[in-house]
Amino acid sequence: MTHNIYLYILTAAVVSCLIRVLPLTLIRGKIRNPFIRSFLYYVPYVTLAVMTFPAIVAAPQIPFAGILALAIGIAAAWKGMNMISIAVLCCAVVFVCESAAAYIL
Amino acid sequence: MNRNRNAFYNGIRDGVPIALGYFAVAFSLGIVAKKAGLNPFQGFISSLLNHASAGEYAEFTVIIANAPYIEMAFVILVTNIRYLLMSCALSQKFDLGTSLFHRLLVGFGITDEIFGISIGRAGALNPYYNYGAMAIALPSWSLGTALGIVAGNILPVSIVSALSVALYGMFIAIIVPVSKTNKIVGGVVILSFLASFLVSRISLFNKMSDSMKISLLTVLIAGLAAFFFPVKDTEADAKNTTKEALEYDA
Repeated sequence: MTHNIYLYILTAAVVSCLIRVLPLTLIRGKIRNPFIRSFLYYVPYVTLAVMTFPAIVAAPQIPFAGILALAIGIAAAWKGMNMISIAVLCCAVVFVCESAAAYIL
Repeated sequence: MNRNRNAFYNGIRDGVPIALGYFAVAFSLGIVAKKAGLNPFQGFISSLLNHASAGEYAEFTVIIANAPYIEMAFVILVTNIRYLLMSCALSQKFDLGTSLFHRLLVGFGITDEIFGISIGRAGALNPYYNYGAMAIALPSWSLGTALGIVAGNILPVSIVSALSVALYGMFIAIIVPVSKTNKIVGGVVILSFLASFLVSRISLFNKMSDSMKISLLTVLIAGLAAFFFPVKDTEADAKNTTKEALEYDA
């Protein structure tokens, strides 16, 4: 049996939309339960940390460039640099690192 | 009104690096979409409606396998389940009276990155901030996919490689400042780094999708943190309002 690509896309879209929309529309009040409140407070930091490492090391061609981007990014954020600058800085670190490696090797 | 417009512009501003990163990632996603037989228009539509990197990658593999629609539904549910958690967390950032319309639209626009920047905002969430970020990030994601289908490997590898870390730079910008002022969050972040690294190394977890690993680790670590270090409500709220006040003064 062959499937229609548009129906595939529609199925994927409906499911991901429901996942995203349902909690936001159903949870109307402030949650009072201290455990759930604390849980939701920590969720973003854990998720972002888990997504960042070790993925940032695997993303560039050379793992070392990723490690360096992570270290310099953390240092810059610690010093209070803003979000866009940190993103650009990380890209620059990888670019310079890989260019240098290509030149040396 | 003025406040909403400001929030919209701020959303666009913070959405620019996201859009740049998206473009590069979506471009490579387009190459997979092409293998699945999608034309540029279908790639564009898919990315506009689904907008999830891991989710769409899974979507295209289902199409390649010519699997039943029900399998598509299940695969998307599993790969995108973390958005359920993000949506729960965002529900707590909204003012109580936020209308259904705003809730639907902000919910639709949740991605890892847009969630990241909106949860990092001080005080209650203004939906227009999300709309600003969505207005620039989602078209970039969709166009990137379409162009990836059309043009394949046109960007130099070194540029794609450099752009691939932009998103992580933004994540770092969100988690590090809070870790600096709040020791517990700092500890939780370090624990998350370690656990994520271990899970990526242990072959037992190889069969699990990345999104599944993220969801599992999030529930586990955030659950432990909430159990051992419950957050005092008043403390968090008070800090938010002063920060917001400062931001509007500036």
